[in-house]
Amino acid sequence: MCVTTRIEVTAADDPRAGQIVHLVRLLGVPGLVGCRVSRVYHLQGDLSTEEIDRLSREVLVDPVVDEVIVGSLLPTSYPVVEVAPRPGVTDVEARELERAAAALGLPPVRASTARRYELIGDLDEAAVSAISRQLLANEIIEVHSLGSVRPCFDSPAKGEVQVNTVKLAGLADADLVRLSREGLLSLDLGEMRAIQDHFAREGRDPTDAELETLAQTWSEHCMHKTFRAHIRLEHTKSDGSVAVSSHEGLLAALRRVTEELAPPWLRSAFDDNAGIVAFDNDFDLAFKVETHNHPSALEPFGGANTGIGGVVRDVMGVSARPIACTNVLCFGPPDPADRDLPPGVLHPRRVRDGVVAGIGDYGNKLGLPTVNGAVVYDEGYVANPLVYCGALGLLPSGSHPTEPRAGDRIIAIGGRTGRDGIHGATFSSAGMDEATAGQAGTAVQIGDPITQKGCIEVVEQARDLRLYHAITDCGAGGFSSAVGEMGERLGAEVDLAGAPLKYAGLEPWEIWLSEAQERMVLAVPGSRVGALRELCEHHEVEMTDLGRFTGTGRLVVRHGDTPVVDLSMEFLHHGVPRKEMVGRWADPVPESGEVPEVDPTRVVLELLSHPTVASKESIVRTYDHEVRGGTIGRPFVGVRADGPGDAAVLKPLGTWHHDAAVALSVGINPRVGRLDPWSMALHAIDEAVRNLVAVGADPARVALLDNFCWGDPTKPDRLGSLVRALEGCLEGARRYRMPFISGKDSLFNEFAGEAIPGTLLISALGLVPDLHRTVSSAFTRAGCDLWLVGDPSDRLGGSLVDDLLGIGDRRVPPTLDTPLERYMAVHRLIADGIVTAAHDVSDGGIAVAIAEMAIGGRLGVEATVPMVGSRGILTALTNEAAGRLLLESAPARRDHLAARLGPLGRRIGVVTEGSSIKIAVAGGAEPIGVNGDSVSIDLDAAVRAFTVQGAES
Amino acid sequence: MTLPPILILHAPGTNRDAEAAVAVELAGGDPRIVSMTDLRTGVVSMSEFGGLLLPGGFSYGDALGAGARLALELRTWLSDELADAVRSGRPLLGICNGFQALLKSGLLGEPSGPEGRRRVTLTDNANGRFECRWVTLRVEPVVRSGWLGSMAGMKIRCPVAHGEGRVAVSDSEVIGTLESERRIAFRYLSEDGHEGGDRLAGGLYPANPNGSAGDIAGLCDATGAVVGLMPHPEDHVVDWQRPGGPPGARGLPLFKAFVDAAR
Repeated sequence: MCVTTRIEVTAADDPRAGQIVHLVRLLGVPGLVGCRVSRVYHLQGDLSTEEIDRLSREVLVDPVVDEVIVGSLLPTSYPVVEVAPRPGVTDVEARELERAAAALGLPPVRASTARRYELIGDLDEAAVSAISRQLLANEIIEVHSLGSVRPCFDSPAKGEVQVNTVKLAGLADADLVRLSREGLLSLDLGEMRAIQDHFAREGRDPTDAELETLAQTWSEHCMHKTFRAHIRLEHTKSDGSVAVSSHEGLLAALRRVTEELAPPWLRSAFDDNAGIVAFDNDFDLAFKVETHNHPSALEPFGGANTGIGGVVRDVMGVSARPIACTNVLCFGPPDPADRDLPPGVLHPRRVRDGVVAGIGDYGNKLGLPTVNGAVVYDEGYVANPLVYCGALGLLPSGSHPTEPRAGDRIIAIGGRTGRDGIHGATFSSAGMDEATAGQAGTAVQIGDPITQKGCIEVVEQARDLRLYHAITDCGAGGFSSAVGEMGERLGAEVDLAGAPLKYAGLEPWEIWLSEAQERMVLAVPGSRVGALRELCEHHEVEMTDLGRFTGTGRLVVRHGDTPVVDLSMEFLHHGVPRKEMVGRWADPVPESGEVPEVDPTRVVLELLSHPTVASKESIVRTYDHEVRGGTIGRPFVGVRADGPGDAAVLKPLGTWHHDAAVALSVGINPRVGRLDPWSMALHAIDEAVRNLVAVGADPARVALLDNFCWGDPTKPDRLGSLVRALEGCLEGARRYRMPFISGKDSLFNEFAGEAIPGTLLISALGLVPDLHRTVSSAFTRAGCDLWLVGDPSDRLGGSLVDDLLGIGDRRVPPTLDTPLERYMAVHRLIADGIVTAAHDVSDGGIAVAIAEMAIGGRLGVEATVPMVGSRGILTALTNEAAGRLLLESAPARRDHLAARLGPLGRRIGVVTEGSSIKIAVAGGAEPIGVNGDSVSIDLDAAVRAFTVQGAES
Repeated sequence: MTLPPILILHAPGTNRDAEAAVAVELAGGDPRIVSMTDLRTGVVSMSEFGGLLLPGGFSYGDALGAGARLALELRTWLSDELADAVRSGRPLLGICNGFQALLKSGLLGEPSGPEGRRRVTLTDNANGRFECRWVTLRVEPVVRSGWLGSMAGMKIRCPVAHGEGRVAVSDSEVIGTLESERRIAFRYLSEDGHEGGDRLAGGLYPANPNGSAGDIAGLCDATGAVVGLMPHPEDHVVDWQRPGGPPGARGLPLFKAFVDAAR
């Protein structure tokens, strides 16, 4: 007989207990004084008492710190909350426990896990409920109960092998729209009509799986319909004149600029899962940045976790070995912790903590250094956080095969297929509201990085052994997209009956559409299947033969003998009607606002401690940024490793025989975008490039990635802003002579009709010619000169100080017409060893940037920055003009440096032994000389402002 | 002269194997990354190797506690071969996840408690978080491990990157026992450690990054052949890997000592 045994393990000094007490206090729920956290395991199987005891001693209980209770519960006088994953949600712990039991030679068991929280203190029912819902459990993926939770085991789903026909013939428009909405298809009327017409021509109605396949393939997420649409843009200038332009496809426009630039080191742009550029004579680099916004809003840990997993698979999908991760996160402000929020919206602090934990969990477990990123806090992201995840990969030049051939087997490797992640693509192609959480439960998943780690090993070796003709990841749309895309020119035949399932009973369309994680699909010639199978067994990775590529031009899917899908590849990939869309954008009236009379010292300190500027150590130190031993440019720099790094510099394993290194950076500024999305694009490009140049990268070897996160593009104001930002990207690529090599858009970032600020992330990939010639932002030596490259601006629109003081300047700083001259000059100075530290001036302005250099070096500084216009000291200190870099250099190099920079830069100060940061503002021609106003900040106060904020929140 | 062959064990989820191989190679060894599958099925035998290195990572996802499942595999599949290796004095080095697995498998030979139970473990960092940062270690001046002897008193600067690296003991006497048995191999030094200071971290974060009892960063067994540590000396084998500060205090000498002992 099968009995269920409960095992409860409690660690003596579990640090989570203290964290929970702290977080409950932040929630504003009084009464909790302590917490006892336990791990609960339910075992179902035919085990004797001795066997259970052995299992628990061998793998579950650490005799030094754990207490264990097997069987019945002890009575407690305090409320107890237990939280368990819902059936079907990935539970790696339970699965590992089952495997451990097998390794011990025990009879087969089924396991499930839970967490138990005994809440010690004086709490009423409402308080316990608030703590459970707001902190301990997320109903999307977990069940919770007062007292002990009923164990959930993955059990066979109810469905049978059943394929239904969906009646389309004769449906009126309103019925088509309703069908799309109720079926979560996210197709509009024009698209539904195209499908109706197609099947009318075929003389039949579609199956459920066919309709779902079309919906996934045609989703905004997969097809990028907005980026392929014909768009008419009506742009109202601030003088009231209207310019009308038309775009024949935004994606095509980006590609065209890349083709114009066509640098010799470009290997592949926009054609594949990731962009590829040359690194050295032997290796190429693949880079991709994705977003995982909707899932992260609902289940922050799982959403971000699978976001990293997905982008890493993109890089594997171009046959590269992943070697690093990046992430850029946009959240609502973390404070106050007890703010009111609309129903269905998680608190920004909870979103942040979950997202950060999810990113760290996946990247750390894959053994990838998380090396670069940013965190932006803004009210606009409260209901729609943004989670950009990036991955960098390395592959031998020319080693990525991209041509599947008729007769090749369709091979899936990696994780099993479950009901998880169904409708992910269509779910992320619509806005959210209060009800979304309920509908989208299956779209959100938890990752299993160790399964993916196995796939990484298999793919790398299979590539080197030339075992496959093509490869792609199973992302949005699951098998349907992977097989459909790979077999676009050939056609494919698939039998789903052999697909390995997490649990029995999935309907065929569910297997076909499931977006279960950690799966790759390869086109493998029959003669190589055996070799691939051996490789998979060696790495304990599951492999399945799903069918073959045919050459018939049709996508045919069966489940055993039951036909499931029979679609023309032509219609699937080219049948979607091209959209006609309208965008409108009006430039704001260029008001300058009023800069209030405030103490500039106080403002600079406030900017230093602003969550967007302040140290991200409490986040970033939870990411392994050292694994693979090649991180040279780190997130934290300086003598105490607490100054901010501008960009990552990496030396990939396997390339140690030469001195070139890779650099990664980002640029992002949604505040500028609210006022002028075109300028946002140029400013973001400039920021990314400045960051790269600051660590020693060569501006002539930079490739860019775009990621557009916007609201609902069917609303003209959202689309207008998007198109303006894209036009800025086109202009930026030309001005900086840097090609875009990959990009992605995530639209419909709206909650109950409120859109996020249109947010463009620019990620930049550069080359550092000599890893011994990199510098950091930290001052290195007292007595050195401080130099400034670039000019200030009196326009404060989009700056942090404008936001902080409510100035209301609606003019954004000018963009750079000819940026490359200055960046080449700075690059050569760093490459020649003349510059000893460099830092870009961005969020918060020049005073913040100087203070950051002083913090990194634990040195003082005396500087005089240029006055700008007649706006006074605060504007001079805090404006965020583009194109500025601060450089440190030895005084012996002064004349040399002055000659080489010429009018591009000026000497503005000196690094001192002292412990104060003194910054004056001067309007005259004299480079140094305190004249009137100045700020003076104690170095310790600056350190506290910059670092303590991060530690406390 | 043939280079001593070094086995670098790769279980599902191991991820610092490649850097460990680089370190062994620079130290004059012949590294070979071998999968748990090949060892378990006997395709490769441990007896072919002069030394065994268990690198860092998240073996089996560390889902049942860091290194717990790998420890079980070591006990279940490889206990005879491992016992042989220890008996013959071949060096065994466990780093991070490898240290966790060695400790939990019993290979680091705990002082036997009342019921023969382990009295030392590696558990959650005191701050409850994964922590990645550079630290300074000292090879203890008096250490039982013979192959570490040449390094006694030397410093190593290198990163930690772990969530479960806190050395915890079952009672206050354990540290004294470990000291008297000379089984404490590495300790965390204070923050000025890499600039010439020689003070212990004194339990203070961040120099002691995880709250380890006695500032212990690594241990050895009673024979001295088996050594484990949480930090990653394999990530500081050449000068350009260090984040500023004076050169030196690399991890490479540790790998040289290890490889020498494997000859």
